[in-house]
Amino acid sequence: EFMHLKFYSKKKKNKKPKKKSPEGNAESSGVEKEEEKMEKSEPGAAAFPPTFSVSEIKNKQRRHLMFMKFKQEKRKQKMQLKKKKKKEREALGDKAPPKEVPKTIENQRVFDETMVDPEDEEVAFDEATDEFSAYFNGLTNPKVLITTSDRPRGRTVRFCEQLATVIPNAHVYYRRGLALKRVIPQCVARNFTYLMVINEDRKMPNGMVLCHLPDGPTAHFKISSVRLRKEMKRRGKDPTEHSPEVILNNFSTRLGHSIGRLFAALFPQDPQFVGRQVATFHNQRDFIFFRFHRYIFKNEKKVGIQELGPRFTLKLRSLQKGTFDSKFGEYEWVLKVSNFSLRRQKSCDKETN
Amino acid sequence: MADRSRLCTVWLGSETGILKGVSVTRKQAFNFCNTSHLSRDQEVRALCWGDPAESEVLVGSVDGTVKTFSTEKGQFTDSRRCGGPADGGFTGLALCGAALVTCGECGTLRVWREDSSEPALELSAGNNVCRMRQSPVHRDRVATGGKDNGLKIWDLQKPDAPLFTAKNLRDDWLDLRRPHWVRDLAFIPDSDKVVTCTGYHQVHVFDPSSPQRRPVLEVEYGEYPLTALSLPAGGSTVVVGNTHGQIALLDLRKGVVRGCLKGLAGGVRGLQCHPTLPVVASCGLDRFLRIHSLEDRTLLHKVYLKSRLNCVLLASRDLEDGRGAAGEGGSQEVKEEEEGGEDEVWDTMERVEEKPKRKTTEEEEEELQKKKKSKKKRKKGQD
Repeated sequence: EFMHLKFYSKKKKNKKPKKKSPEGNAESSGVEKEEEKMEKSEPGAAAFPPTFSVSEIKNKQRRHLMFMKFKQEKRKQKMQLKKKKKKEREALGDKAPPKEVPKTIENQRVFDETMVDPEDEEVAFDEATDEFSAYFNGLTNPKVLITTSDRPRGRTVRFCEQLATVIPNAHVYYRRGLALKRVIPQCVARNFTYLMVINEDRKMPNGMVLCHLPDGPTAHFKISSVRLRKEMKRRGKDPTEHSPEVILNNFSTRLGHSIGRLFAALFPQDPQFVGRQVATFHNQRDFIFFRFHRYIFKNEKKVGIQELGPRFTLKLRSLQKGTFDSKFGEYEWVLKVSNFSLRRQKSCDKETN
Repeated sequence: MADRSRLCTVWLGSETGILKGVSVTRKQAFNFCNTSHLSRDQEVRALCWGDPAESEVLVGSVDGTVKTFSTEKGQFTDSRRCGGPADGGFTGLALCGAALVTCGECGTLRVWREDSSEPALELSAGNNVCRMRQSPVHRDRVATGGKDNGLKIWDLQKPDAPLFTAKNLRDDWLDLRRPHWVRDLAFIPDSDKVVTCTGYHQVHVFDPSSPQRRPVLEVEYGEYPLTALSLPAGGSTVVVGNTHGQIALLDLRKGVVRGCLKGLAGGVRGLQCHPTLPVVASCGLDRFLRIHSLEDRTLLHKVYLKSRLNCVLLASRDLEDGRGAAGEGGSQEVKEEEEGGEDEVWDTMERVEEKPKRKTTEEEEEELQKKKKSKKKRKKGQD
């Protein structure tokens, strides 16, 4: 009850006790009598010493109130400035200078020099002879092995099962604590083309290692926002056995090209689509969003889509040349926080300008 | 073609078989290719200067051919078959007088004379050789090292046995044999010592003149294999790069990391320090050439080259210099003392011009950076 009263007194009489403390240092004035006037004037104006700052008040409630007042003053000044500018603008009428464009993250982005020019011969040759050339020339069909880290929990297991329905010719195997370096030669012997390992942490899938098999690059991703089929709203029926089409958006830098090809080679190539299912990998600001839909053309211009299947977002952490060898392998690209800046966010994305 | 190749101060070999020349002042890269169509077995594995005047570049490819590229003419002038694809790629190319010394991954070190297509000398340096380098002081001494294959220094006049074979490190506290993998090595100038970097993130210094065959100094850096090594002018520091893209400056007197060069995002494949300027060029799997300054560890230049790069070669002349006059005769590995008489010419001619140029560009850059910093600082609250 005592505390309650104290609080009331502070609110109504508005800093009568507070002003005593700074005033102790400053030159004395008849402050107690002139409280009401002092309240209306600026806080930093009259009696505070110039080096006074709100943070020096030790009492939390008083400090908070002083700070609120300070912010209100600032807001008031800002509104006044705005009004003034608006008046000036209206006064000038047509002669007013054009409105300034605010700086946004998208505005400030630096053009990425590794953007691939579609007619570049060197890059075309590089891609024609890289590890995916066998797939893109139609010589191999994808066969994917999906597994997890050891002892997966229910959510990860269901995620893997759903992934296996999305990716045709995918087989889910239980990990049994086997070492990946020993699993890989066995997969190669059984003609698998991809090894996908979903890593689990605290009963949620949080990482993915995607290794292209004969001797191909290994990509390590961070998975976030996984939504399984049960959690999706307004979803369609379960996906069928048809191979989905693949849409890759915004993989336009050189690194983006490599990752895009990595995803494309997961699915069989068939120019005559049979089913109406489509898997989309959309890259934006270095995050890759995966969605799986079924579409139907209602007429020439209208399409209806239903989302089926899981959705998740990926972020590339490292791309390693060669099959999985985190200790002695050579990395083609590593996510480094020291290289990151919002202005140069560039790894796979295209410059939106 | 010829004028473009004369502008280039940095030469790089790529995985697609293209020799790239970069002119740092103009920030332009030029591709020089032998054949009209590219192929992966032309992948460049080793580069070295063909003559002391640095007018020819020797390019060693995976399929065993060594091509000569003339920087004056801007085209490939010669091609020799030195071994086959079964040898693995070249791990080292060196020029010893008029003879060419090559070493492949399988370990056979061969010396080729100008005229014949058979090697004049052939010796086996073990299996899995990762690097072969030539001593800048004694031109007929070469050193080799590889996976489970220790450092061996050979004298080409006496090819029967190596001059110096390094011993592996002492067994560890469990009495197990320490694994050993020499990835890159270099001869320290002004002395007999050799510095090597290993795949187990160690840097060793060996001294053949001392009776100790084990490394004299050992420094560890990082957790990833060190793939490239280079010695700046000065002799007490070494620059190493690893597969994760981290480049570090290590001090050899104390065995301590001096600092790291930031920016590389992929594994380092080639590192080279400039013989006179405190500058280091790095290239790697992220398809960029980066030139860092060694004094303040800042990035000076960055050029995007579209293929993965395997090796880099710096011209001894000034990097900023657009039109190169005749070379000073320095070799690419280490600063050479052969500059002698031409120093006066250089002093009078070019240095006077360049100092103000470089100063102004550096000053301008500093000013720009300061301006940017002051703009960025926005004070939100009063203090």
